[in-house]
Amino acid sequence: MDKFSVFSSRLVDKSENFTSGHRACQGCAEALAVRHVMKALGRDTIVAMATGCMEIISSPLPLTSWKVPWIHNAFENPSAVISRCESGMKAMMRKGKIPQKKINFVAMGGDGATADIGMGPLSGALERGHDMVYVCYDNEAYMNTGVQRSSSTPWGASTMTTPGASWKRTQKKNIVEIMAAHRIPYTATANIAFPEDLERKLRKARSIRSGLRFIHLFASCPTGWGFAPADAIKISRMAVLSRAFPLYEVEEGERYTINSGGDAPVYDYLRMQNRFRRLSDGDIAMIQEHVNREWERLNRKARG
Amino acid sequence: MAKPMEKITWQELEAGSVVTEIGNARQYETGSWRSERPVVEARQCIKCGVCWLFCPDSCIVKAPDGHFEADLTYCKGCGICAKECPVGCITMISEEG
Ligand SMILES: Cc1ncc(C[n+]2csc(CCOP(=O)(O)OP(=O)(O)O)c2C)c(N)n1
Ligand code: SF4
Ligand code: SF4
Ligand code: SF4
Ligand SMILES: [Mg+2]
Repeated sequence: MDKFSVFSSRLVDKSENFTSGHRACQGCAEALAVRHVMKALGRDTIVAMATGCMEIISSPLPLTSWKVPWIHNAFENPSAVISRCESGMKAMMRKGKIPQKKINFVAMGGDGATADIGMGPLSGALERGHDMVYVCYDNEAYMNTGVQRSSSTPWGASTMTTPGASWKRTQKKNIVEIMAAHRIPYTATANIAFPEDLERKLRKARSIRSGLRFIHLFASCPTGWGFAPADAIKISRMAVLSRAFPLYEVEEGERYTINSGGDAPVYDYLRMQNRFRRLSDGDIAMIQEHVNREWERLNRKARG
Repeated sequence: MAKPMEKITWQELEAGSVVTEIGNARQYETGSWRSERPVVEARQCIKCGVCWLFCPDSCIVKAPDGHFEADLTYCKGCGICAKECPVGCITMISEEG
């Protein structure tokens, strides 16, 4: 419970727009992330979600955990589908066929859906400049189909397709930089261990009414990463405090603001998880160097 | 109330399998998954709501006297609340015996 002001939970919205009865694993931080995202977005929201854990666990016919209109999407489609909802509904409002109303048009997908399979349609929606929010839930692999590596899986992690000692030997794709390069109004990273920061960013994304706003939301996965469910928040928090996943915002693709600090050794973060158990101390030292370099690069950008 | 899936025939499904009842997943009681249950020592609870903030299953509720406790209908027993409680007043207890 370090670095967290205890009574700040009072500032968090009490409504639950993503209900109990979902079928996520015990201690699923991604499900908790969806819960907080939906608190911040509120009920005047339409969600298009790519297939993945959060889609499967929340919508087994005839049940749904959603309290907002929610559309199931094939893997690559949420950006395309929600951008068409936005254009279509705005046209109908203009023509007086439906009442004028502020609606949050939101696409959601996992890291696989976002950084790999849906990247093309997402880039298209960015370029067209739709009034929409995109939330990427990053648990650093294709979890729903049994832990295959994605381009968002970090260097050093074992998965079913980079098994055991053949752990992944390429770096995590920097999705935020790709978004920022499109010069969209708002891009931010968030982490489920910092729910107030997360909700502030979602509310900010919601309040901007033109162009795509992108939230890259880090959430740990006990099943895929190999740790006890009770540690899901602790491990997500360590990702920030070790600077492996810093919190920051980018406005108009160029104004960088860093929202997190911390100087915990990345060793402490990695050693809590089974997926990194094959790494030697030397390998971890290389990860530390990489983290330091990236942190320096980010600070240079924030200094402008 | 939606019928259980096994009782629904295809003729009863909405076109496109649209579900028209919001949040009806609440009728699926995930509490049966649990092997451990969180027990709150109410006298020590400082009513900060941290457990509520971090429960992935939105199943921490406020008791009438203001302290927090788990709704066992949905609690999956993950133990996050016990780990995150700043005063350590939640203990996980085995459901067996
Ligand atoms: C085009 C296509 N390829 C593969 C699949 C199978 N598939 C469904 S969900 C999923 C994994 C999703 O991973 P991610 O987007 O990271 O979400 P997560 O489950 O990790 O939350 C895969 C591979 C599919 N549905 N469609
Ligand atoms: S596999 Fe991971 S992300 Fe998927 S439901 Fe389980 S804990 Fe959540
Ligand atoms: S054990 Fe897990 S599911 Fe149960 S109340 Fe605590 S945080 Fe919620
Ligand atoms: S986290 Fe602990 S002290 Fe805070 S409300 Fe929950 S049980 Fe009470
Ligand atoms: Mg994933």
